Amino acid sequence: MISNNKMFGILVPIISVLLGLIAGAIIMLGSGHNPIRGYVALWNGAFGDGYTLGETIRRTTPLILTGLAVAFAFKTGLFNIGAEGQVIIGWLAAVWVGLVIDAPMIIHLPLSVLAGAIAGGLWGFLPGILKAKLGVHEVIVTIMMNYIALFTTNEIIRSVLTDGKTTTESIPQTASLASAWLQGLTLYSRVHYGILIALFAAFLMWFIIERTTYGYELKAVGFNQHASNYSGMNVSKNIILSMVIAGAFAGLAGAMEGLGTYGSISVMSGFTNLGFDGIAVALLGSNHAFGIVIAALLFGALKEGAGEMPTTAGVPTELVDIIIALIIFFVASSYMIRWAILRFKKEEK
Amino acid sequence: MKNRIFLLFVLFLSIGLFLAACGGATEDNNAGTEGNGDNASENEEASSDYQVAMVTDEGGVDDKSFNQSAWEGIQGWGEELGLSKGEGFDYAQSDEKADYMPNITRFVRDEYDLVFGVGFKLKEDLQSAAEQFPDTNFALVDEVIDAPNAVSILFKEHEGSFLVGVAAAMKTKTNNVGFVGGIDSPLIKKFESGFIAGVKSVNPDIEVDVQYAESFTDSAKGKLIATNMYDSGVDVIYHAAGGTGNGVFNQAKDIKQNDSDREIWVIGVDRDQHDEGQIGEHNVTLTSMVKRVDVAVQDVINRGINGEFPEGEQIEYGIEENGISVATTNEEAMTEEIISAVEDWQEKILNGEVEVPQTMDELEAFVDSL
Repeated sequence: MISNNKMFGILVPIISVLLGLIAGAIIMLGSGHNPIRGYVALWNGAFGDGYTLGETIRRTTPLILTGLAVAFAFKTGLFNIGAEGQVIIGWLAAVWVGLVIDAPMIIHLPLSVLAGAIAGGLWGFLPGILKAKLGVHEVIVTIMMNYIALFTTNEIIRSVLTDGKTTTESIPQTASLASAWLQGLTLYSRVHYGILIALFAAFLMWFIIERTTYGYELKAVGFNQHASNYSGMNVSKNIILSMVIAGAFAGLAGAMEGLGTYGSISVMSGFTNLGFDGIAVALLGSNHAFGIVIAALLFGALKEGAGEMPTTAGVPTELVDIIIALIIFFVASSYMIRWAILRFKKEEK
Repeated sequence: MKNRIFLLFVLFLSIGLFLAACGGATEDNNAGTEGNGDNASENEEASSDYQVAMVTDEGGVDDKSFNQSAWEGIQGWGEELGLSKGEGFDYAQSDEKADYMPNITRFVRDEYDLVFGVGFKLKEDLQSAAEQFPDTNFALVDEVIDAPNAVSILFKEHEGSFLVGVAAAMKTKTNNVGFVGGIDSPLIKKFESGFIAGVKSVNPDIEVDVQYAESFTDSAKGKLIATNMYDSGVDVIYHAAGGTGNGVFNQAKDIKQNDSDREIWVIGVDRDQHDEGQIGEHNVTLTSMVKRVDVAVQDVINRGINGEFPEGEQIEYGIEENGISVATTNEEAMTEEIISAVEDWQEKILNGEVEVPQTMDELEAFVDSL
């Protein structure tokens, strides 16, 4: 039975993605475009050569971390919609430390990365403590915290970090995750060492959840708060801890963007969508660390490859958005597929 | 157990079959489009081998504002030479900041000769692209880029804004006008300071209500700001907010539809937004501060084709260069009196009598000196 469950966990996402691709193909056929050319362009746009491969990895990096941020909270039964705000705050903190402090790389870089994680953790701590102590629902608090993060950050960039400008100076080399060596390998894409941090974070999540007492308690709280309380676990401590760690993952995602990809932070006119995509990544990855890495790669590849579709396959940009959205729709509706398979199986018996 | 595995296997296979069927149906299609492609590329070789592309910011190519204007410029140029989209000229839409760089790089690798970045938000990415790819020419609209293979296309928006400020001051009856900005940034401050200077030059007692939407794409926010402004007695709003400004137009049209006697106006930006203001027999667009991005783009392309690409230069398009103008399409609203006042001030700007402020500090000094 256990092996069957596992297989289920793998099969459902795969079928979701395939259904999404098929639906996308039908839309392309219906509007007079060639789906094979479209998907070939998508593939080439994501994995065609060193450059696109590098950019795909770059896009995947923060998505892994936001996926982890959503999944980790979910293990404790919390919906972390605030990954978006945690990303922005983490980004700001990492760049801020990168700009202000002057130190050799061995201190400066870890400090900047850590600043991002701590800031994100703090942004997760607030909804965590409100939930634990006062029972305020974390969905509402985290959504509101997203806006606070966005607009506060914009104001800080304008009035503290710069003099009325919209983009900060670039961070010095000592705080940068960018690597000339990796860029050289990939025809000057913006791939950076952050991917290693992201993969390590995925391992860390797996380790905490599966191999430590903390993880066991977090999961237990997620399954049944009252039972956990009765068996002597501190429910509020676990809720807060879970949100803080989740926030730290998302904060790291922001640090990846700030220290790796851009080397600066700009006034944002809207959300980065990294946090929201993280929800879909976590869903598709079945909240499992390894699954999230794969799901993030899929999302990174779709987003990166989509840019190639209008230019080489002539599929209009708007249609590309619809196709990508369809794939995500089927991925998100994996519950439906799960139900269909189960139903199918019962009848068979 | 065995049965279950078998079942999953069948499911998998059937999906595979479905996919294959889908693929099969498209084969013929494929051959057809490939044939077309060949024809088109032959045409292209015959006419010109200079290829131009542009990368939009988040506003997209149909933002009814400067992205659209730039694209119209490129389209106009291409169609004159008998080129078509994808064969000689093309655009790439950016949905988020992360898309700028891949979009730029894609055009470079597809061997386009000149790549435009539209909007100040592309500054950093276009700058690093220009350093990475010295063999391609780049042009940035609205910001300064510093590289030998790139040109900065700037506009004297403050002068145009000054003139529409004059028009607003002449038109207002409540002595209350509004300014809706996109993102609080040096560029939009240029619009704001020019506009306020224009208004105050006509009548220093007119109040100017300034609001920023923190977005160039959020028309709901634009509508909300416009609602508040019109409710509080503002009767002319100048927007410099791209797509956000569409919300301002919508609110003005809603009010006009419910109460056609009420006199409220919107001043458009970048393109002549006369069409956006049409509601029944009325039109709420007083005028527009027209920024001829299309003219500038075509100018740069033509110089590029002739081998005179203005390398490393900053070209500033103003009233003189036909880069900035004030629309007079709404003849009913723009009375003779207003037009002649605008022309008077335009004369003063051109002969240097008036130095239009570009920043808030300069504006303060300007207003004090009135």
